[in-house]
Amino acid sequence: MSGDWVGAIDCDMHPRVPNIAALRAHMSEYWSDTVELRGIEGFDTIAYPANAPLTVRPDWREGKPRPDEHAAGYAKAMLDPHKFGLAICNCLYAVQIIRDEYMAAAFATAVNAWVKTEWLDKDARLRASIVVPAQNPELAVEEIERWAPDSRFVQILFLVGGEQPLGQSRFWPIYRAAEKHGLTIGIHAGSNYLHAVTGSGWPSYYLEDYAAQSLAFHTQLGSLISEGVFVKFPKLKAVLIESGVTWIAPYLWRLTKFWRGVRNEVPWIDRSPLEFVRDHIRLTIQPFDAPAAGVEISRLMDLMQSDEMLLFASDFPHWQFDGDAMLPAGIDASLRKKILIDNPLAAYPRLGGRHAT
Amino acid sequence: MARHVVARASEIPPGARKLVQVNGRGVVVFNIKGEFFALSDQCPHKGASLSGGKLTGLVESGEPGAYNYSRAGEIVRCPWHGWEFDIRTGRSYCDPRRMRLMQFNVTVEPGANLVEGPYVAETFKVAVEDNYVVVEA
Repeated sequence: MSGDWVGAIDCDMHPRVPNIAALRAHMSEYWSDTVELRGIEGFDTIAYPANAPLTVRPDWREGKPRPDEHAAGYAKAMLDPHKFGLAICNCLYAVQIIRDEYMAAAFATAVNAWVKTEWLDKDARLRASIVVPAQNPELAVEEIERWAPDSRFVQILFLVGGEQPLGQSRFWPIYRAAEKHGLTIGIHAGSNYLHAVTGSGWPSYYLEDYAAQSLAFHTQLGSLISEGVFVKFPKLKAVLIESGVTWIAPYLWRLTKFWRGVRNEVPWIDRSPLEFVRDHIRLTIQPFDAPAAGVEISRLMDLMQSDEMLLFASDFPHWQFDGDAMLPAGIDASLRKKILIDNPLAAYPRLGGRHAT
Repeated sequence: MARHVVARASEIPPGARKLVQVNGRGVVVFNIKGEFFALSDQCPHKGASLSGGKLTGLVESGEPGAYNYSRAGEIVRCPWHGWEFDIRTGRSYCDPRRMRLMQFNVTVEPGANLVEGPYVAETFKVAVEDNYVVVEA
């Protein structure tokens, strides 16, 4: 079966920063000393608790360093055996939870430098998202400008759970920079935990927390569309990463239904929300929420009136599948090629670009 | 196709509307600044009577925060779910191709012409000196 993955573009994999020393090596003297002085051990969230089964697949926990802690580990686990063409590194190191905006910016720079040095420079098949301190959009734009000259950075990474809905104008400088540089906006599951992960307060269990991620995706999709981000920045594309995928059709039924009744509130939305989604939104395919008996993936395509929206992703090292069962059932050869290769290339303009050195 | 005398013109001044029955079907007649328009009264969505809808204008926008408001009084919003219909064309804003109201030709005729017939005007006494709204259906 391995031949089936030749050339595939893995649009979501997660390098793990092994320890704070790895980042200090990429910090200014001030911040490196500050980390030491204040006894900062690192920033992690409860989004992916270290020992939760989902966080790392059992066979990918083995080894020192672990496969998700170095480029050669991921290459051995995924790139080489499956012959993927490219993979996009989405580092989830939690710069988003840092309250000090300048410290957040310093950590974001260090994370991006670490990704460049330890991943991009180590394997020519790797690409990456720019981690930004979205706490302060001006600083986020500075971070984007720092890395944009390197075309191996193909995306700007947000967590789906933040302080404000992402469509709001506060974030538009980030989208302006993204459009200027041909960078895609990536919105990944996870939160800075300044708000409860549900609209009704904090749940008690991890089960609820992880399941609730798709609710935050509802919020962000509704916000990006309603606020007119894609009217203002018509070349922008956003990828919803690790969202579960299938929630989008019923949410769009709802959004479109109410848009018909109150569209004069948002007159810049001059066509159905579904059309904005088809033109500007993409989704990574792991995890794919479906009934236990399986789902006809073609039915989702029919509902979305598009076969261009799904992007292949392993979500490595998260445990979303066993073996190499990386795609849901019911995908024929032509759709498979679209999901594995064509759709990612269309979603990320920079994947066609050359390396800047 | 018959011509139906449905109202005295003076009953529907500019900005007003009147629900009438034509061939047993509800038809709403609007007067926009002296021009008359007749549309099926039943919203194609869930069947509400559009004669009870509020009049509004057309709001369009080129970008977030811009509100270009024109044609005040030429759009009727369905009283149930707020769908907007262009009174001049019968078409809905959100789905103009599929969601539209049947339009009827409507004219204003002096009573003197109507004495000649043939017209359907069961509920009216037509007076020569008045003007009348005539719907073709």
